[in-house]
Amino acid sequence: MADLSVKIGSLELKNPVMTASGTFGYGKEFEDFVNLEEIGGIIVKGTTLNHREGNAYPRMVETPSGMLNCVGLQNKGVDYFCEHIYPEIKDINTNMIVNVSGSTVEDYVATAERINELEKIPAIELNISCPNVKSGGMAFGVTCEGASEVVRAVRKAYNKTLIVKLSPNVTDIASIAKAVEAEGADSVSLINTLMGMVIDIEKRTPMLSINTGGMSGPAVRPVAVRMVWQVAKAVGIPVIGLGGIMNAHDAIEFFMAGASAIEIGTANFIDPAVTVKVKNGINEWLDAHGCKSLSEIVGALKDY
Amino acid sequence: MKKYILDLTVVENTTPHPRYVLLKLTQEAPLPEMAPGQFAEIRIDGSKNTFLRRPISINYVDYAKNQIWFLVAKVGEGTQALAKVQPGETVNVVLPLGNGFTMPASPAQKILLVGGGVGTAPLLYFGKCIKEMGGEPTFLLGARSAGDLLELDMFRELGPVYTTTEDGSMGEKGFVTQHSILKEVRFDRISTCGPKPMMVSVARYAKTEGIACEVSLENKMACGVGACLCCVEGTAEGHKCVCKDGPVFDINDLLWQI
Ligand SMILES: Cc1cc2nc3c(=O)[nH]c(=O)nc-3n(C[C@H](O)[C@H](O)[C@H](O)COP(=O)(O)OP(=O)(O)OC[C@H]3O[C@@H](n4cnc5c(N)ncnc54)[C@H](O)[C@@H]3O)c2cc1C
Ligand SMILES: Cc1cc2nc3c(=O)[nH]c(=O)nc-3n(C[C@H](O)[C@H](O)[C@H](O)COP(=O)(O)O)c2cc1C
Ligand code: FES
Repeated sequence: MADLSVKIGSLELKNPVMTASGTFGYGKEFEDFVNLEEIGGIIVKGTTLNHREGNAYPRMVETPSGMLNCVGLQNKGVDYFCEHIYPEIKDINTNMIVNVSGSTVEDYVATAERINELEKIPAIELNISCPNVKSGGMAFGVTCEGASEVVRAVRKAYNKTLIVKLSPNVTDIASIAKAVEAEGADSVSLINTLMGMVIDIEKRTPMLSINTGGMSGPAVRPVAVRMVWQVAKAVGIPVIGLGGIMNAHDAIEFFMAGASAIEIGTANFIDPAVTVKVKNGINEWLDAHGCKSLSEIVGALKDY
Repeated sequence: MKKYILDLTVVENTTPHPRYVLLKLTQEAPLPEMAPGQFAEIRIDGSKNTFLRRPISINYVDYAKNQIWFLVAKVGEGTQALAKVQPGETVNVVLPLGNGFTMPASPAQKILLVGGGVGTAPLLYFGKCIKEMGGEPTFLLGARSAGDLLELDMFRELGPVYTTTEDGSMGEKGFVTQHSILKEVRFDRISTCGPKPMMVSVARYAKTEGIACEVSLENKMACGVGACLCCVEGTAEGHKCVCKDGPVFDINDLLWQI
């Protein structure tokens, strides 16, 4: 049994497998399928200051080895989260992490302040990369200035572990990662979804209600691995890798590219028990390769 | 109701119609409890270009034989690949999902089950459950032509069956909402599943007559368990998940123009 524990800022993960925001609900939806306590961390649905109804249906279209979604951050707002959802999930014995979104810097700060008060939430993942809402979200994540501004403000208001989730819809992701590191982020996670589009040629309309959506699933994995590799070389803080991870093999690619931990998203839809299988698979691989701890393979990529 | 991920074994794959297959599946352990109107998310391994599971209604559960049935219309690549599974092969399913139909408050309640096309599928198991509680369901099934009405013998074992066909080849000619039974009997509740235009006209009839009515929706799904919020339908209380809060909704809760 290899040592799978990971430290990210002051956040201690018993293993490197977390769930990606927006794909695992609040955890409870999967409790019949997996023992939630075996998962290193559960990142819950994107939470905003105010209630959001999200975008109109249709919000999802399948693509080769992936899917596009344009859910648009449907959630009941941070107050509802604190009053009604937090009490339901706070005793799940793993790291419950809130994904925080907003359309203005003030929104992000106010939401982060509220979450900061919750004893059993050890970290937030700041989503500056949602491609599915008109104002804000991704707008912050696509320039170094925007990313710096929001992270600087949230860092002042939030004193636990701050993970910043980066957008792949940029030309130089490493420079954005460096900018948020400079503002005090404890970690960066990547990638959020890649903007895409599918057209119904008979109707001559887009397949999604807001025309475009965010692409996820195994189709995006090579892009995600490449970006994790670039970011891990550029920053000193731990990197969390995600994008199309379906099994332990895929996860290990991310570790070798430089990720200290990983998140699993779309794969939960195909196998609701995938998280624990990936965790066990990582352990088996490490044992089979004589590694005593996960850290031995993080960034262990050799030159070709 | 507890949800399971199961590897079921195909017992039978028959073709009751060129566009449909009826799959009967089993497993060694007893099948779990399932409510009528609930559905399964089926993983389709033999399909090259599809990736997500496909939601398919629970057509029938035969607890005596430990079998679950799915009636599948071959519409696209996923369902076409699913239709090819052979006896002895396994199919991975997640079930039971969703809320299910409203069971009658008492056996004496007169419940009308209205189905069209593959929407008749969940009504068979619903009818069985009503019969098992001592009630007698009435079925009103519509199709284009006589050959498109499936599993009629099974339905007839559970209660009276009325049919309409668009070409008049069986039952009354026309649409379900034009059937004379609606003028003869006053039902306490109508539960319907089928193409949306049919459900809208059934809902309109029920609303005009002041009869309680629920519809089963088929929005596109990714997770099937209420986690991704892809399958939403607008309701009086905002967006709700068809996979978790539905697929069955009271017509008064929906924002349909009826
Ligand atoms: C709760 C629920 C229960 C269902 N029960 C059954 C059932 O018992 N038997 C059955 O045969 N089908 C059922 N369906 C519909 C079934 O899920 C779709 O037909 C299937 O997903 C299509 O997959 P495909 O890969 O064959 O087609 P795709 O390639 O995905 O699509 C082919 C065509 O089918 C249409 N289509 C895709 N998904 C749906 C959908 N959800 N509803 C209507 N049309 C769709 C597409 O618009 C497209 O035109 C149910 C759907 C839901 C949500
Ligand atoms: C349906 C859906 C909803 C999502 N919602 C959010 C969200 O609220 N916040 C967020 O940061 N990312 C969200 N994402 C992005 C995922 O967390 C993840 O970054 C992306 O899907 C790539 O990982 P995957 O390929 O493993 O799914 C969502 C993804 C999907 C598919
Ligand atoms: S399909 Fe994911 S919430 Fe309904």
